[in-house]
Amino acid sequence: MKNTQDTNQKRRQFLQKGAAVTAIAVAPGVMLHTAAKAKPVGEAVTDAVRWGMLVDAAKCADGCDACVQACNEENGLNLLQKPHDAEDEMWDQQIPKWIRNVKVKDNLTGHVTSLPMMCQHCEHPPCVDVCPTTASFRRADGIVMVDRHLCIGCRYCMMACPYKARSFVHEVVEHKLTRTPRGKGCVESCNFCVHRLDNGQTTTACQDACAKDGHNAITFGDLNNPDSEVSKALKEQSSTQIRADLKLNTGVRYRGV
Amino acid sequence: MKVRAFEHGLLLALAVVLLAMAGVASADDKAGWKSGTSLAATQEQSCVRDAAFMRRNHMEVIKHARIDTVRKGVRGVDGSLSECIACHVNKDDKGAPIPVNQEGQFCAGCHQQVGVALDCYQCHATVPTH
Amino acid sequence: MMKKIYFREWGLESRNYWMLLAVLAAVAGIGGLAALYMEHHGHWVTGMSNQIVWGTPHVFAIFLIVAASGALNVASIGSVFNKTIYKPLAPLSALLAIALLLGGLLVLVLDLGRPDRLIVAMTTYNFKSIFAWNIILYNGFFVIVGFYLWTVMDRKMKCYYKPAGVTAFIWRLVLTTGTGSIFGFLVARQGFDAAIMAPWFIVMSFGFGLAIYMLVLMDVFKRDQRPLGDAIMKKLKGLLAVFVAANLMFMVTFHLTNLYGTENHAFEAFILLNGGIYTAMFWIGQVLIGGLLPLAILFHPTLSLSRGWLTAAAVMVVVGGWMTIYVIVIGGQAFPMALFPSKTILESGFYDGVNGMASSYTPSVPEVLLGLGGVAVALVVTVIGIRMLKILPLSLADEVADPHAGI
Repeated sequence: MKNTQDTNQKRRQFLQKGAAVTAIAVAPGVMLHTAAKAKPVGEAVTDAVRWGMLVDAAKCADGCDACVQACNEENGLNLLQKPHDAEDEMWDQQIPKWIRNVKVKDNLTGHVTSLPMMCQHCEHPPCVDVCPTTASFRRADGIVMVDRHLCIGCRYCMMACPYKARSFVHEVVEHKLTRTPRGKGCVESCNFCVHRLDNGQTTTACQDACAKDGHNAITFGDLNNPDSEVSKALKEQSSTQIRADLKLNTGVRYRGV
Repeated sequence: MKVRAFEHGLLLALAVVLLAMAGVASADDKAGWKSGTSLAATQEQSCVRDAAFMRRNHMEVIKHARIDTVRKGVRGVDGSLSECIACHVNKDDKGAPIPVNQEGQFCAGCHQQVGVALDCYQCHATVPTH
Repeated sequence: MMKKIYFREWGLESRNYWMLLAVLAAVAGIGGLAALYMEHHGHWVTGMSNQIVWGTPHVFAIFLIVAASGALNVASIGSVFNKTIYKPLAPLSALLAIALLLGGLLVLVLDLGRPDRLIVAMTTYNFKSIFAWNIILYNGFFVIVGFYLWTVMDRKMKCYYKPAGVTAFIWRLVLTTGTGSIFGFLVARQGFDAAIMAPWFIVMSFGFGLAIYMLVLMDVFKRDQRPLGDAIMKKLKGLLAVFVAANLMFMVTFHLTNLYGTENHAFEAFILLNGGIYTAMFWIGQVLIGGLLPLAILFHPTLSLSRGWLTAAAVMVVVGGWMTIYVIVIGGQAFPMALFPSKTILESGFYDGVNGMASSYTPSVPEVLLGLGGVAVALVVTVIGIRMLKILPLSLADEVADPHAGI
């Protein structure tokens, strides 16, 4: 068994090296721009990248739910079926939601803002701190996610998350997508469309949908790369973290809130 | 006295249950092999390891891959479950994929035979979806 | 000089014993079926949601776990603080502690989304998590209290009696600190994030555990017609009164501390004034039934001498205690999280406290049955324990357990 594993290890390393050599030889110009973003498929993520997002609430259109719909489709949330005997309102409280629209009014000024809320991908995530089994974890590239193989469904992370970003799967899941496994009894939340990023893509479904509708309220990219669109946008103008008082250093930042 | 008799009865029942479980666990060695199969399984050379190895150790391979994939973001690894399914799924007359955990199919066939719970598909898709 | 105290198995008539056991086992069985039902369908059949993530099972579980460590106190007073009158009470105290913890943990585990993965919780630890620490503390509690019980009951183990007693006492304090810290460290929610949670849970454990201990003691002695003198009951009664008063004091401190900071006024108003069921449970359950009424009985010169009234007081402490946990755990979740301080949420796709509205929760029948099943399991273990082992003294009549002899 060890031998076969070694062989495979070598095969993998060879392929990776090959890919790297090819990339360097063929397109040094392209590399400068994209290499920091797209990671080779067969390689582990590193902290050289920190994925992050800027949401410009001023551009977020009232009544638009393109990002929510796109997320539901991308991550198979639209495939969940209401159990026969479930009541509509109760079911709506129990169905998982990764991203939602929130409309807030400033108590003093009366200014109204619409914005999407999702996992804020904290640098110091409370959900990771409280998880007894390390199922809740922060990947090297800054994505906070749940390892369903270790999740025992205790929901302590849901108690701890200051953004109410997490959902519990309350029912047996009949229809699943290969890219987003999902099953009864585990907790889940937005993972920045991790399957896309791992396969070399550099956008999230919500971002694409927002751009397609012409709002461009969501900018996504590598916060560690000063030349990325999101880093430039964040450097140019001021932005805020939700519940900045908790000092969680969120990966999702807002403007106009 | 009655208390003691009750206790002994309980122990006996426990022993019977344990023996029964042991019987199920060893069934795979003696029973005639009638597993579910797939086109890929009949062409052994296409798998990531040889068939005899996979038959016993596929879970180790898959587990290794799942840790790499979920926690480190490594995709396209050898033991990727989605690749397993992509190869081993059967198609019906109309060419539609049949779930691998359906009775007699590649995964369920063996697992039913040896009485080992098939846990993957509580969360994972049973047919390729993209 | 005290008379020698003999311990004997519970001598209840066989038919009555099996009847009692059958009833308790049936309740436990129904609880098991309820868990199976919720497990089979998923949590959508419960009243729990993505807003109220911990429901009635958790109230039962936390109550039983807190009471478990409290039940051990009677033994600790004897073994750690050398109060002779408490020594004959120690075996039942240790047994009850183990039984209550078992019942509570069973409820907690059976409510998990994936109870089949308990092995993961036992083998994969995140040491930053209070939960992970609690798993170790709970397991250790069984081992340490079990060993302590052995040193109490086996003369050959006498040399380990004192260290085992001290270890068990310290362990139980740490355990309840851990249980309280589950809530104390939740910075996200205003109803929880408070350091006082840990000591408050310890004080609660004293009261809940002692009340349950007294109820069980009085009942099993009565059923077996063993004499239980007033001397011992007076001691326990006085102790219970102190614990109930201390619990009230911690409750007042918790709310006064919150009231000091303006940011917490909305939460305080929710619990104290306009929180509907939670406000009602706070004043009627936590303050009246769990605090003032039992105090009045326990301090009353004549009522407190009656076993009936004493039982009533202890039952009130238990019921009020359960409601206290309900208000803390569920009320704390129902109050909307402050996502956007100084802003009002007008609309939300995920029930984020629109216009300050609290989340709703109605316990479902299977949740309640699971919780009661946990209580039944605790009692089954206790009943079998006292029947099979020499846990109970033959007599606790005043001339046997004279308080003036040993102190």
